[in-house]
Amino acid sequence: MATFTFTGGIHPYDGKDLTKDKPIKTVLPKGELVYPLSQHIGAPATPIVKKGDKVLVGQKIAEASAFVSAPVYASVSGIVKAIEPRRVVTGESVMSIVVENDDRYEEAEYMPPLYPGKNTAEEIIERIKEAGIVGMGGAGFPTFIKLSPKKPQKIEYVIANCAECEPYLTSDYRRMLEEPDKLIDGLKISLSLFPKAHGILAVEDNKRDCIELLKKLIKDEKRISVKALKTKYPQGSERQLIYATTGRKINHTMLPADVGCVVNNVDTLVAIHSAVTEGRPLMERIVTVTGDAIRMPCNFKVRIGTNYRELIEEAGGFRVNPAKVVSGGPMMGFALFDLDVPTTKTASALLALSKDDVSNMKPTACIKCGRCVEVCPGRVLPNKLMEAALHDDAETFLKLNGMECCECGCCSYSCPAKRPLTQTIKSMRKLQLAKKKK
Amino acid sequence: MSDLRRVSSNPHVRSRLNTSAIMFAVVLALLPAAGFGIYNFGLRALLIILVTVASTVVTEFLFGLYKKQQTIGDLSAVVTGLLLAMNLPVTIPWWAAVLGGVFAILVVKCLFGGLGQNFMNPALAARCFLLISFPALMTNFTTDIYTGATPLAAMKAGEEIRILDMVIGRTAGTIGETSAVAVLIGACILLFLGIIDLRIPGTYIIVFTLFIGFFGGRGFDIAYLAAHLAGGGLMLGAFFMATDYVTRPITKGGQYLFGAVLGILTGIFRVFGASAEGVSYAIILGNLLVPLLETITVPKAFGKGGRRYEK
Repeated sequence: MATFTFTGGIHPYDGKDLTKDKPIKTVLPKGELVYPLSQHIGAPATPIVKKGDKVLVGQKIAEASAFVSAPVYASVSGIVKAIEPRRVVTGESVMSIVVENDDRYEEAEYMPPLYPGKNTAEEIIERIKEAGIVGMGGAGFPTFIKLSPKKPQKIEYVIANCAECEPYLTSDYRRMLEEPDKLIDGLKISLSLFPKAHGILAVEDNKRDCIELLKKLIKDEKRISVKALKTKYPQGSERQLIYATTGRKINHTMLPADVGCVVNNVDTLVAIHSAVTEGRPLMERIVTVTGDAIRMPCNFKVRIGTNYRELIEEAGGFRVNPAKVVSGGPMMGFALFDLDVPTTKTASALLALSKDDVSNMKPTACIKCGRCVEVCPGRVLPNKLMEAALHDDAETFLKLNGMECCECGCCSYSCPAKRPLTQTIKSMRKLQLAKKKK
Repeated sequence: MSDLRRVSSNPHVRSRLNTSAIMFAVVLALLPAAGFGIYNFGLRALLIILVTVASTVVTEFLFGLYKKQQTIGDLSAVVTGLLLAMNLPVTIPWWAAVLGGVFAILVVKCLFGGLGQNFMNPALAARCFLLISFPALMTNFTTDIYTGATPLAAMKAGEEIRILDMVIGRTAGTIGETSAVAVLIGACILLFLGIIDLRIPGTYIIVFTLFIGFFGGRGFDIAYLAAHLAGGGLMLGAFFMATDYVTRPITKGGQYLFGAVLGILTGIFRVFGASAEGVSYAIILGNLLVPLLETITVPKAFGKGGRRYEK
């Protein structure tokens, strides 16, 4: 079988064996739940409940405040305890709605189901917007915007990002194995919005069983195919995925729609399925709790807002004192200094490592070995960009295509001198983007 | 407040490879050539190797004391010392070897900012420095075993070529460059470990062969070409010096160009030059062109100038 891929990339230790055979287990939250108003790219949501209100499962507690924004729903029933700033995974304090769980799980009335054939594309997109669905792979971009490009008839490919190239993560893998119907239905709903599009389920070839299963299930679907991708990080990065599956390239100024593509992650497509066919807003997601410091690594179905501490307890607690705890995968995740943070819409994993590769590492001189250049999927020169960034030389940085860095981390990973390439380039990019906005 | 943990910006994992491991691999890969040198020229070759390595390491150590930052642990000084020794004739007085080691580390490397900042290969620069300063000492290849000229010099003078001896290395020459086989064993180790790739050595050797074929005056005479390839410092230069990370271009296109430039320069020096050898000068001249080669071969970023399908 031909596999699809891109140039560059790395093969870090993948750690997926820890959890790949662990079925998804539903975890019910115990204590209070925290719903940050900003779990997505765009304007924070505006609360529509106040302290002391009673809320139900699936009740909207904050609404979108701008075009690029997303509403937030309660995932338990209980009383609103506070609306106050709470710490989130990035370490920032974000205004959040805190709900005391009453353990009764009284449900609000869900929205009526929609049917792609009967209801219009506008109604379906409106539903996806209303359900608070955002890109659940990590970026958190509101999904309805992706699904409503200027010219829907120009979209040729709707890609389901089932690559899961981040080491340790198995949440998408378990979802594909256990609920493939929901994934395929989510993809079909997305396809119904684009009359000319073909659906692609793009899976890395370390998940052979998923590829076989999905192939069997889509046997009779004319508009969907399964594509096996070479297992390599960052195969699931949007730009690399589009290139691997369609041969089209986008740069940092372009959107997937510019080359006729729409890309959504596994959990996002399942959320689309739930919102459209069951009327359920986005309230839960799969989180892989893993790492060599966790006693019993597992995959959990978690209600959004659940405290990370509860997830770790549910996984048997720490086996040894972890040197580092990361929300997300080891390549793109956020290191946590405090475990008292809530699960958000974009949290795909909680990773506890007994050894920290980074803190004790002293960067040494660059020997220009060129490994960063070899692995860079963005085809830039990380060592030269870092040099330019350190000298605050914006002109050289821009001339050497610094803005095309996708911050995947391959350069830092492979640097034998242990230099913080990604981190330095990332800061410089942020600075340049901020300058542009002014 | 709960217990605080260490944080850092992503990525949170790193490959296990580090600078010292790379340098150690290069030392390992040089051992076959060094070993053959000792076998070929006797124990004095070992002495020269030890003296040269000691002088580079001690120079780096002393400079580290002055800078209050010790860097001998990265083993790069050992590599430089070993490479320099490979490029010295076995008859060289020990003080000249020491001088070469000091020059390589102090002048070429440390004064320009240390590891990664030198613009010339330190070992080769030191060889050229010694060659210019003490030409008689550096070209004295007469030992108890070998009394004639080096094979390349003999060939230039129109003498007969003994190709098998040249490939195995049973000829006069510098300590580490006589045996093409030993150097190639080391090169295979580096290729296998992924320390180097064939871009530079491959282009270098192909372009050089073509150059000799067209301008060498003997056409594509297999024995003559093979003698040029196995003779002198070509193999050692192509696999161990031209591939030196610090002084070769970092861009893929630049590396091919660099290899081609070295091939042409070496050809010019060997065919038209007064001396029989030209690898060292070709490589350090090529080193000077690296910034230029890098500038003209900046790769096209992924998706740059991408075609929009939506019309």
